[in-house]
Amino acid sequence: MTAAGLREPPATKALLIAAAVLYVAVMLLLPLGAVLTEALRKGWQAWLAAVWQPDARASIRLTLIVAAISVPLNTVCGLAAAWAIAKFDFRGKTALIALIELPFSVSPVVSGLVFVLLFGAQGWFGPWLQAHDIHIIFALPGLVLATLFVTFPFVARQLIPLMTSQGRADEEAALTLGASGWQTFWRVTLPNIRFGLLYGVLLCNARAMGEFGAVSVVSGHIRGETNTMPLQVEALYNDYDFVAAFAVASLLTLLALVTLTLKSALEWKHRDQIAARH
Amino acid sequence: MPGRARTRSSPLPGFGLSLGITILWLSLIVLIPLTAVFVKSISEGWQTFWAAAGSPRALAAYRLSFGAAAIAAAVNCIFGLLVAWVLVRYRFAGRRFLSALIDLPFALPTAVAGIALTAVYADTGPLGAFLASAGVPIAYKPAGVVVALTFIGLPFVVRTVEPVLSEVSSEVEEAALTLGATRLQTFFRVILPTIAPALATGFALAFARGAGEYGSVIFIAGNMPFKSEIAPLLIVTQLEEYNYAGAAAIACVMLVISFAILLLLNLLQHWQRRRLAQ
Amino acid sequence: MSIKVEHVSKSFSAYPALGDVSLTIADGEFVALLGPSGSGKTTLLRILAGLEVPESGKVWFGKRDVTRDKPASRGIGFVFQHYALFGHMTVAQNIAFGLRVMKRSDRPSRQAIGERIDELLELVQLPGLGGRYPSQLSGGQRQRVALARALARNPRILLLDEPFGALDAKVRRELRDALRKIHDDLRLTSIFVTHDHEEAFTLADRVALLNHGRIEQFAQPAEILHQPASPFVSAFLE
Repeated sequence: MTAAGLREPPATKALLIAAAVLYVAVMLLLPLGAVLTEALRKGWQAWLAAVWQPDARASIRLTLIVAAISVPLNTVCGLAAAWAIAKFDFRGKTALIALIELPFSVSPVVSGLVFVLLFGAQGWFGPWLQAHDIHIIFALPGLVLATLFVTFPFVARQLIPLMTSQGRADEEAALTLGASGWQTFWRVTLPNIRFGLLYGVLLCNARAMGEFGAVSVVSGHIRGETNTMPLQVEALYNDYDFVAAFAVASLLTLLALVTLTLKSALEWKHRDQIAARH
Repeated sequence: MPGRARTRSSPLPGFGLSLGITILWLSLIVLIPLTAVFVKSISEGWQTFWAAAGSPRALAAYRLSFGAAAIAAAVNCIFGLLVAWVLVRYRFAGRRFLSALIDLPFALPTAVAGIALTAVYADTGPLGAFLASAGVPIAYKPAGVVVALTFIGLPFVVRTVEPVLSEVSSEVEEAALTLGATRLQTFFRVILPTIAPALATGFALAFARGAGEYGSVIFIAGNMPFKSEIAPLLIVTQLEEYNYAGAAAIACVMLVISFAILLLLNLLQHWQRRRLAQ
Repeated sequence: MSIKVEHVSKSFSAYPALGDVSLTIADGEFVALLGPSGSGKTTLLRILAGLEVPESGKVWFGKRDVTRDKPASRGIGFVFQHYALFGHMTVAQNIAFGLRVMKRSDRPSRQAIGERIDELLELVQLPGLGGRYPSQLSGGQRQRVALARALARNPRILLLDEPFGALDAKVRRELRDALRKIHDDLRLTSIFVTHDHEEAFTLADRVALLNHGRIEQFAQPAEILHQPASPFVSAFLE
């Protein structure tokens, strides 16, 4: 440990700390504060009324439904991907990992666009869907698909390094003791990865509920029907109904803060079990 | 460690199933939809493609999206390094809180960030009023885009630099000191070059995210074609006008650039590994 | 340059690393600080280097009180156990570092620096490797570069912290001989820390045996072997 006298002088340290804190306060805390201030500008009652409004309630319901469908699906797939990649060796592993991470590099708008191109009125399957009166775009399935695309990597990218660093010894031991594949997975693998899994699901959920660009493109913006909470925020804002927009936004902010808190708690308490050991 | 084909030596079961699920899901949700973009974009011929992807309006949009993303990423490099330095090297009250706060832009839905930032930087907002009177109006100008993208990209540089910074051994710094370097010389000649790849990675990540960003930008930008219209918004506009091919063409350009950045990121990882190999 | 340590004490939090340590080292002597882990030998070395500041006591280099002096102004060269080479610089740039960071007025010309680098590479028996990067070198080679780097500024005192600890036995012996030869050629006052008594006895003119922050014995190897000053010393030598 380098002696105290060899580091920056206390005055420099204090200055640097102050600068960093000021920067974060301005960049991050001000916007947070703005949400709260604007949401409560006309008082608690107005806030409550805005949140209780039918379209707002519908958007909350829709957000929850979309998340309730996408998150488990991507979790199962993430688990499958991590199992295949971490516990086996095969050619093309690196390519597979790169492909799994692909959605992260794609703009949200493009993520929504791809499904419009497939299932929209002029899309590849458009005429077929219309003929069978199936609605994907401008309806729940479209929202789910777009959300699936953008939240695809979260669970996998959390689990892959974790499970890789944990190795195969535990599972192999279980097999030699007579456990079947499923038993091994449930009783040995899952407990080992439970915090990493939780962490990945947490992030996946936050994105699923908060996604805007991708769902905006596939949504159709039909209030009460195809507006998730972020879309409802936009709709209200564009109507100049600022208090209502910020009221719904404040709920999403609350979700974000809860996510951050849980995330931090997981990081502090279970650092070794949520990410790969070095 | 077993490294041969699964058919021969790996005792763990479930390879076929897990890999199958992964590839199926990947294809359905990610690969096939993405192919649709490329196919659709040239469905009406190369002429139409270039007319859309290379139109003056599109070029203005790329300039804004990529230009603002580059500036925001650069700003984040400087301040992100400052924040990472302070978090890694100093102990002070509220350090953990500060660290947890850094991830806010990751957790907060982009639409919420968008309206919150507008509230802060509009001419009537706390910062906006101050800046406008100083001759630097933010809201509804390209500067607004830069501010929004700085918010969005803030965690990237901090989180990529932190682990690398904490691994710079104190021995190396002490060596520099015993060789007569001042603290400042040690920072510029020894520490900074060692973390340069991490800084570059953080820059690339923030840039990639910023270029495709939609929700946090469209409220604070003016959205005027040729002046303050970002590329993702242009895609949405084309879609609303049922110009699928045009939208796909622009999306293609954005995808190609994203993938180029992905490639760059991989190369940077290699560079980083060589740097720290000591 | 002779060294005098006068009643130096140092603790870390509640842990007393060094308790009232005194010794005198003659100019040009090769001294080993020997002892088990936690004995305070590394702390003493770092105090000599200026990387730690003692709570009480004084350190003299010749006639100068350097107790509170920064490492840069003490005229020392320091070699770390894990080399601490700058990975992003070539071997030549590593060696030149101490010369390049000097104040403009004191800095040698580029040509002079180049000549010094070549001179030092010859000294540590690594001629022509100036363009390589540390990652391309073996452990033994890296430590030779670290040594060359530490010698670049013509230090009056050379300090080494378990310099061969990270190397395998054969390389260790080679470097031991190289170090002794360099010491003899340059007549540098050298102090090195080790927990290996065979190494200490082979290399050093005098050995200081430390235990729990105190010096149990400070004498020539032969004297320690035949007249151990305490039960600890005899036990340690087994």
